[in-house]
Amino acid sequence: MAGLTHASPIAEIAVPLEGRPRRISPGFEAWRKFRRHRMAVASVVILALLAAAVLLGPLVWRLPINEIDFTARLSSPSWEHPFGTDDLGQDLLARMLYGGRISLAVGFAAMTVAIIAGTLIGAISGISRGSVDAVLMWITDLFLALPQLPLLLLVIYLFRDFLKAWLGPEGGVFILVVLVIGAFRWMPVARLVRAQFLSLREKEFVEAARALGATTPRLVLRHILPNSLGPVIVAGTIDVAAAIIAESTLSFLGLGFPPDIPTWGRLLFDAKDYLDIAPHWALFAGAAIFLTVLAINFIGDGLRDALDPRKVM
Amino acid sequence: MGKYILRRLIIALPSLLGISLVLFVLLALAPGDPFGELATNSNIPPEVREALRVKFGIDDPIFVRYLHWLVAMLHGDWGFSFSSRIDVDKLILQRVPTTLFVVGSSQLLALAVALPVGVYAAMRPYSIFDQIANTFAFVGFSLPTFFTGLLLILIFSVNLGWLPFVYRVDIPATGWHWYWEYFKQGIMPVAVLGLFQAASYTRYVRSAVLDVIRLDYVTTARSKGIGEGKVVIKHVVRNALIPVVTLVALQMPAVFGGAIVTEQIFRIPGIGSLLITSILANDTPVIMAVTFVFACLVVVFNLLADIIYGWLDPRISYR
Repeated sequence: MAGLTHASPIAEIAVPLEGRPRRISPGFEAWRKFRRHRMAVASVVILALLAAAVLLGPLVWRLPINEIDFTARLSSPSWEHPFGTDDLGQDLLARMLYGGRISLAVGFAAMTVAIIAGTLIGAISGISRGSVDAVLMWITDLFLALPQLPLLLLVIYLFRDFLKAWLGPEGGVFILVVLVIGAFRWMPVARLVRAQFLSLREKEFVEAARALGATTPRLVLRHILPNSLGPVIVAGTIDVAAAIIAESTLSFLGLGFPPDIPTWGRLLFDAKDYLDIAPHWALFAGAAIFLTVLAINFIGDGLRDALDPRKVM
Repeated sequence: MGKYILRRLIIALPSLLGISLVLFVLLALAPGDPFGELATNSNIPPEVREALRVKFGIDDPIFVRYLHWLVAMLHGDWGFSFSSRIDVDKLILQRVPTTLFVVGSSQLLALAVALPVGVYAAMRPYSIFDQIANTFAFVGFSLPTFFTGLLLILIFSVNLGWLPFVYRVDIPATGWHWYWEYFKQGIMPVAVLGLFQAASYTRYVRSAVLDVIRLDYVTTARSKGIGEGKVVIKHVVRNALIPVVTLVALQMPAVFGGAIVTEQIFRIPGIGSLLITSILANDTPVIMAVTFVFACLVVVFNLLADIIYGWLDPRISYR
């Protein structure tokens, strides 16, 4: 509809008077601010390298992840096995490259679930007044007070066998882990979106669009939502890190993916009984989790500087 | 203040009810009959099976089952552990103090680190100290507890041999020696959990103090000639703590999650490791009860935060 076209002629009249400054798009402005955060830029490079390694690595490093070789049990890093081997003589580099795919995929998929659920609930709550808002916020607060890890374990315990029978051991656990982690991470997003909606829906440009007859869905989708995405992107970045930690925690407790899928957390779980004779086993997997999470957290910090002028925690 | 605490208690009750509802719905939605393991055992004759089904109320409508379950939970009738062969409430009561000890001392450690570091960093923003503290905070909360736990065991137990890595309840010693051993075995779990929390708390404290320290009333306090230490402690920190308490309360679920991991790594006999062992043993009554206890602990700690809140900012308790 005519929500924005009406405003543009005025802008075109105003600009020549000021000598027409070079137009800077919001995206470029954000990138300029992001670039100033040196650790964040370095983290983007590191994360890109990690992602490239887990995506393309198995094409280059062709040792199978489940080739058992008892002559090379628990051997330290060497040219043959750069990250050493585990208690069955399986090559750890190959296993970590494979597990990294799962860990990163879980992180991003769970973030997507959390963002979609959080944005939906926050938007509904922010645009509707009265009882709908109150009930949704009560549910949000309730979820914030839930002990997440125990419930995560409980849900996985109760539904694991069912999903395994339905979708197979790998896919079933993947979907379960992603959905459950996502289901416990949407609340901060919902609160952020709601807060943004509450302030944006009273702004002049929204009022103008409303006065021109924009329907509520159009108001939300075209005018309010795009303007409230900055903090959501920041929260989403942090969520990737949280989801990777959550998945690793589950696997570390022996309750995540089945033993034949070597996610990084699972590698740590298997390695913890051999700390005294094969510390490399735990160290490489732990360092991979740490590096990924640290990089994502730094990127989140840089994005916060770039996109979220309020600098909320 | 008494009225305020009572009001917070009344507000806390619905959230407990909500949590119990979430738990029960999960249990009811789960495929199969988690409580009916006995009822489907083929060694049990059909009439006994039928009696058990009636006793557990498996065929009742879900709402009736929820009420029954809730009433039983409130009466302290939490069922019977399949694997340990004792009542669930006794089992949990044995384990709760250990968990509370570890969680409590790690929170104290976290605040003892985060408060001074965060305040000092905020007093000199962007100084070298601030940057180092910020980097350490980032590293601290990016290091998952299970990895730091293993690292500490690797360094202090395996390589140096200074600290024991298995937590024992029955220490074969008396008097001062007992306390020393108890202290020694607590160092690593408390440090793992405490330093992880300290990292995020430091950032909260720093940003809260930064928000407050430039306000006019602080300048006024300084210009009255009050010493810098007194200004910071009495005027700045007290007000900066209000948002910090909120954020710390929001961290409580994560803290208990971390407690599960640490208990598992160091084999601490708390309710966290009880949860893991009972999940591995398919011991549904214990799993349900432990999850509920965790939820209650989170609510209790949130209540505690509310009380501290009222003490820090008396206006809140008069509203």
